[in-house]
Amino acid sequence: MVDLSVKLGNITLKNPVMTASGTFGYGEEYADFIDIDALGGIVVKGTTLHPRQGNPYPRMAETPMGMLNAVGLQNKGVDGFIDDIYPRICHFNTAIFVNVSGSTIEEYVETAAKINELEHIPGIELNISCPNVKEGGMAFGTSCPSAVAVTKAVRDVYKKHLMVKLSPNVTDVTEIAKGVEGAGADSVSLINTLLGMAINAKTRRPELSTITGGLSGPCVKPVALRMVWQVSKSVKIPVVGMGGISSAEDAIEFLLAGASAIQIGTANFVDPKITVKVIEGISEYLQVNNINSARELTGALITD
Amino acid sequence: MKYLHDFTIVNNERQTDDFVVLTLQYDGALPRMMPGQFAEVKVDHTPTAYLRRPLSIHDVNYEQNQIKLLIQEVGDGTRTLCALPAGSRLNLMYPLGKGYDLPNSDKVLLVGGGCGVAPLLFLGRHLKQHGITPRFLIGARTASALVRLDAYRELGEVLVTTEDGSMGQKGFVIHHPVMRTDSPDFDWIYTCGPDAMMKALAKYARHRDITCQVSLENRMACGFGACLCCVTPTQDGHKCTCVDGPVFDSKYLQW
Repeated sequence: MVDLSVKLGNITLKNPVMTASGTFGYGEEYADFIDIDALGGIVVKGTTLHPRQGNPYPRMAETPMGMLNAVGLQNKGVDGFIDDIYPRICHFNTAIFVNVSGSTIEEYVETAAKINELEHIPGIELNISCPNVKEGGMAFGTSCPSAVAVTKAVRDVYKKHLMVKLSPNVTDVTEIAKGVEGAGADSVSLINTLLGMAINAKTRRPELSTITGGLSGPCVKPVALRMVWQVSKSVKIPVVGMGGISSAEDAIEFLLAGASAIQIGTANFVDPKITVKVIEGISEYLQVNNINSARELTGALITD
Repeated sequence: MKYLHDFTIVNNERQTDDFVVLTLQYDGALPRMMPGQFAEVKVDHTPTAYLRRPLSIHDVNYEQNQIKLLIQEVGDGTRTLCALPAGSRLNLMYPLGKGYDLPNSDKVLLVGGGCGVAPLLFLGRHLKQHGITPRFLIGARTASALVRLDAYRELGEVLVTTEDGSMGQKGFVIHHPVMRTDSPDFDWIYTCGPDAMMKALAKYARHRDITCQVSLENRMACGFGACLCCVTPTQDGHKCTCVDGPVFDSKYLQW
């Protein structure tokens, strides 16, 4: 029997497969298709201090092997999460992370402090990389001093696992990764979506109301693998890899590149059972290759 | 409850240059579906259509466990689906969304434009089972773009408009004589089709205190409320077309 469990700092996940924020709702949307408790963890929808209506429609454009989105953090606000949603999902027997976003450092801090009080939420994913909001979001994650500042400020009030989600829309992702590690992050997750754009030549108009949006899906996987590999070599904290994962083989590639766990995002839309299939596939891979533990795959890339 | 089921295509009938009807066979008992609900259909073997395609349930036969989909070829995804021969397998996530409500009157008009006629056949059959005889008003660009009129005629009267006048009344559905009266002989409109058509009907209904239920066709990624991509502005802010719709009372929308 292989051991699928992995460690993210002080948290043990029953397996390395998590879901990516914004693609998995609050988990309950998928309950008709899979047993949520089978997952290593879930990261629920981006949550802000105040409720947000998000961006106008159209918010999505399909592109070859992927999609652009510009949802813009539509959510009920942290109080809406705590009052309405948390009671419905806190019974899930999986590690639930809340993705936290904000327009100012104070908003991040206040939101994180409220979530710190929730017994069944062992960690947050600090979203300093959302490309779809005018203020905050990616602005924090594309400059090292501001990434460090927001991470430090949240670290002061948030006592559980602090994962920081990194933007790929930077010149050197390792610099930001090292910065947030120094500021007290317990782990980093990457990549958030790549800033992109789609145009309809017939109408001469952009496909998204916001003109630009975040690219995800299998088309981003090579970029994501490269960044996970670079970051895992430059920090000591665990790395959670994501970007276009849609099979067990994809997931294993991210683990080999240095990830301790992975998140599945856009692929959930095409196959809502993909997460459990990936867990089964990793288990099979370990058995076939006589590897005892999923932890042994992390960073096991052979480069000589 | 929503399901992921593999179906077998038992028939692929081309209707016009760009419309196809696929008849799908399931090897178990079909779940109950409501007219106006849809399926997210997986498209394989094309790199440009990564996401599923949201398609209305066109017709259901519970005795034979068959579903029909009326598909218009508009891009690589639908072209791939329309080219699938009998015997092919197709994965459906269904039934999704909220469908049409039963009316509080037996005087109903079902108005479809273009591919928007798709859910109205299932709706007409459903109404008939509830003792209500549907009357259809169907609009198209030209006579050769009208599909499956005989199937609709089996359920009730079919009125037609074409933009070029090649069949029925010339013009848009809103110009049909049945609409041009101060005291229309229907007090419930069901519609699906281009936004401009549905907006004209919503305005018409508002001025006459008629209920108008519209089915929206927004771009979706997931189809079940997880991604929040397909929103439409309503009296209560942004609502997902996939779970709060696709059928809405027109007065609830910010039209």
